[in-house]
Amino acid sequence: MADLRANFVGIKSPNPFWLASAPPTDKEYNVVRAFKAGWGGVVWKTLGEDPPVVNVSSRYGAMHLGPDRMVGFNNIELISDRPLEINLQEIKRVKRDWKDRAVIVSLMVPCEEQSWKNILKRVEETEADGIELNFGCPHGMSERGMGSAVGQVPEYVEMVARWCKQHSRMPVIVKLTPNVTDIRKPAQAAKKGGADAVSLINTINSICSLDLDLMAPTPTVDGKGTHGGYCGPAVKPIALNMVAEIARDPATHGLPISAIGGIGTWRDAAEFMAMSAGNVQVCTAAMHYGFRIVEEMASGLANWMDQKGYATLEDFRGKAVPNVTDWQYLNINFKTIAAIDQEKCIQCGLCHIACEDTSHQAIAAKRVPDGKGGSKRRYEVIEAECVGCNLCYHACPVPDVITMVPQQTGKPYLNWTQDPRNPHRRKAAE
Amino acid sequence: MREYTAPDIRAGRLTAAELAANFDDVKPPLDPKRALVESSRCFYCYDAPCIDACPTSIDIPSFIRSIATGDAIGAAETILEANIMGGMCARVCPVEILCEDACVRNHSEDKPVQIGALQRYATDALIAAGGQPFARAASSGKKVAVVGGGPAGLSAAHRLSRLGHEVTVFEAREKLGGLNEYGIAAYKTVHDFAQTEVAFILALGGITVRTGQALGRDITLEALRRDYDAVFLAMGLGGVNALGLEGENMAGVEDAVAYIARLRQAKDKASLQVGRKVVVIGGGNTAIDIAIQSKRLGAEDVTLVYRRGPENMSATHHEQEFAQVNGVRIKHWARPVKLHGHKGAVREIEFEYTQLDGQGRLTGTGETFGILCDTVFKAIGQKLNLALVKDPLNGKASEVLDMAGGKIAINEDFATSLKGIFAGGDCVASGTDLTVQSVADGRDAAMAIDAYLRGEG
Repeated sequence: MADLRANFVGIKSPNPFWLASAPPTDKEYNVVRAFKAGWGGVVWKTLGEDPPVVNVSSRYGAMHLGPDRMVGFNNIELISDRPLEINLQEIKRVKRDWKDRAVIVSLMVPCEEQSWKNILKRVEETEADGIELNFGCPHGMSERGMGSAVGQVPEYVEMVARWCKQHSRMPVIVKLTPNVTDIRKPAQAAKKGGADAVSLINTINSICSLDLDLMAPTPTVDGKGTHGGYCGPAVKPIALNMVAEIARDPATHGLPISAIGGIGTWRDAAEFMAMSAGNVQVCTAAMHYGFRIVEEMASGLANWMDQKGYATLEDFRGKAVPNVTDWQYLNINFKTIAAIDQEKCIQCGLCHIACEDTSHQAIAAKRVPDGKGGSKRRYEVIEAECVGCNLCYHACPVPDVITMVPQQTGKPYLNWTQDPRNPHRRKAAE
Repeated sequence: MREYTAPDIRAGRLTAAELAANFDDVKPPLDPKRALVESSRCFYCYDAPCIDACPTSIDIPSFIRSIATGDAIGAAETILEANIMGGMCARVCPVEILCEDACVRNHSEDKPVQIGALQRYATDALIAAGGQPFARAASSGKKVAVVGGGPAGLSAAHRLSRLGHEVTVFEAREKLGGLNEYGIAAYKTVHDFAQTEVAFILALGGITVRTGQALGRDITLEALRRDYDAVFLAMGLGGVNALGLEGENMAGVEDAVAYIARLRQAKDKASLQVGRKVVVIGGGNTAIDIAIQSKRLGAEDVTLVYRRGPENMSATHHEQEFAQVNGVRIKHWARPVKLHGHKGAVREIEFEYTQLDGQGRLTGTGETFGILCDTVFKAIGQKLNLALVKDPLNGKASEVLDMAGGKIAINEDFATSLKGIFAGGDCVASGTDLTVQSVADGRDAAMAIDAYLRGEG
């Protein structure tokens, strides 16, 4: 059985599944339930200075897709709205009672050294395993000069990370906002400031939907709404790319990453860890289904690792990073084309219409005798027209009907920088 | 000869509550949540096979996508544009051999999208919202007589009126709707839906209704031809086939079609007389419907006897199974040969086992069995009531309304051999006994009549 134990910047947990700083980790009651369910660690919901913030009523918006609920999710909640002292007491108690689990404290205070100094001292007394600097929340707190207002300025990220390292012995994780043009810049700044790790992504600025009767964004607070932080399964691709960017940036390569963003299954976790994440943080999936999902995540990851022969997390961590490259280094001579398994095809025609209307006119719609005196539909790939774009493969509703088959072209690897068709091709040195 | 006792036929075998439950909606409507889940199962096929399988060619993927995106009214408009009786068809279509049989989901799993249920969801929403989504074109100044107010007649009337013609519907019975009102099993069309739909159709305007007007009794074809620019014959099949056995007029030997009509019109199901032991002869939907409804009225034993095998029955496999789960016993390969009575009432029916001979013809084996019964329902098919149509239709020797197989012959434009006279629905040679086919006939005949009236036909 695969060993799921994780060691992230010296913080040990029985598995790599942490609950992200969010409502599920707002108080002792929830966190104890999470640990009982099997979560490896928690990042306690962000603490700030007293007096605590005040939250509004109606806080979450969601993207539903047909009967599938919460494909995307957003919130306009602020940081913990409970007194600092109560949070600290609970953190201390939980850590005392659950020594094998990771307890990280998320922090967000004004961008002044003294504010950080004060709170770090108090957090240290709880014996928590580390701190996560919330430079990410895109709503509410950012209007007060905190959250993403800090995370969007690399110089601030570096400065605050440095204060935290100076004034604390705890490992420092900097949580990054995705609401920037280039995620590498704040990651580089965090590293420069001495941070032990980065975690990403925080939520994406968003308006989930409009209520067309109220003509107002959701969630709607007395007739008005505001932008909130977007998360859930829909944001995973954005998070995966940002993790990859940091993992393959020479300036930050090797910087420990705690991955966040739409993670809800063992497969999501495996993907992020293959992209170099040391562990993963989960929120929306737990808020949708409860803490018990960690059981299937743990067993799924372990079974997959067993099948692949990975004994520990380190055995596959980061393995995909070398295969993420820039477009210009992709092999121009590689060719793949679609193949339709006519035995399994259900004749829905979706491959044909997608290709015919919007792509390469490479799937012919035919009628052939059905053997019962009538005719039936038959969709055939026109190989000469197929560019291997995968659209039909994705549109097909039945698994394994369409496969993309790599072709033997007999041509060697050739990338765009070498391609004679590239007008900006670098000439070989004379 | 055995000693028979008096037949046990009486009303009120079940309590009011039992009857209410037995004749409630056999397939309750989808609620919004279920409609969302079910509509999301549709792949939105391109060139969808389900459309081909629908006699009225409803754009099924389109209407289901409308439901999935929260536009049930738009879905209903799509349905009704192709099939003005989309509401009734959603209830009575044998979808298991039509659209749902063609659903591509059958190829990768065994559960098609519930197209019929979704169609009902949409059409119910539109009818509940009220109003009429269609408008009439400018008046053509032409008048069309429609004979028969069933699915074919009403479908034609609605389309003709939309096209700008003035339509008069002549209906022999008191109410419009045809078999929707008098023939469909009660639990398939609850809450007087047939009349709700009739009212919806008539709400378009331009359709005058004259009930109690039977062709050959109250009106003649000659007069209709004189008074109208075109005539559409859609009177269905008024006659029923006979067993051809001695004693067929005995008390307790009943015509299933007539009984179902009484059942449908009964204000109180408890008032209906039903035998304790019932035998049904036939293999079609009427046979299935009378068998199940007898059972649901409280008959103790109901046996349906059909002369061939289950695969030969015109009732679908689904319908046969439904009869069986309702406690109907189905016996195949037997034909009635003798009725035994007591004091003028049927008490037993004797059957001979049947088989196919070397040439595939049905023959008796000579071996017989008897079933004691209080009631025998005949459900062995309907026919055009020639007594009503023949003489008045063929009044002039010079003009003959051609017949084919005992029904009215038509060409591909629904035109009969008499100029200006069109026909469709169950009374024509090509007619199947499906409501949806009659609706398609009515719509398409209306288009042909419109072309004829505008000088293109």
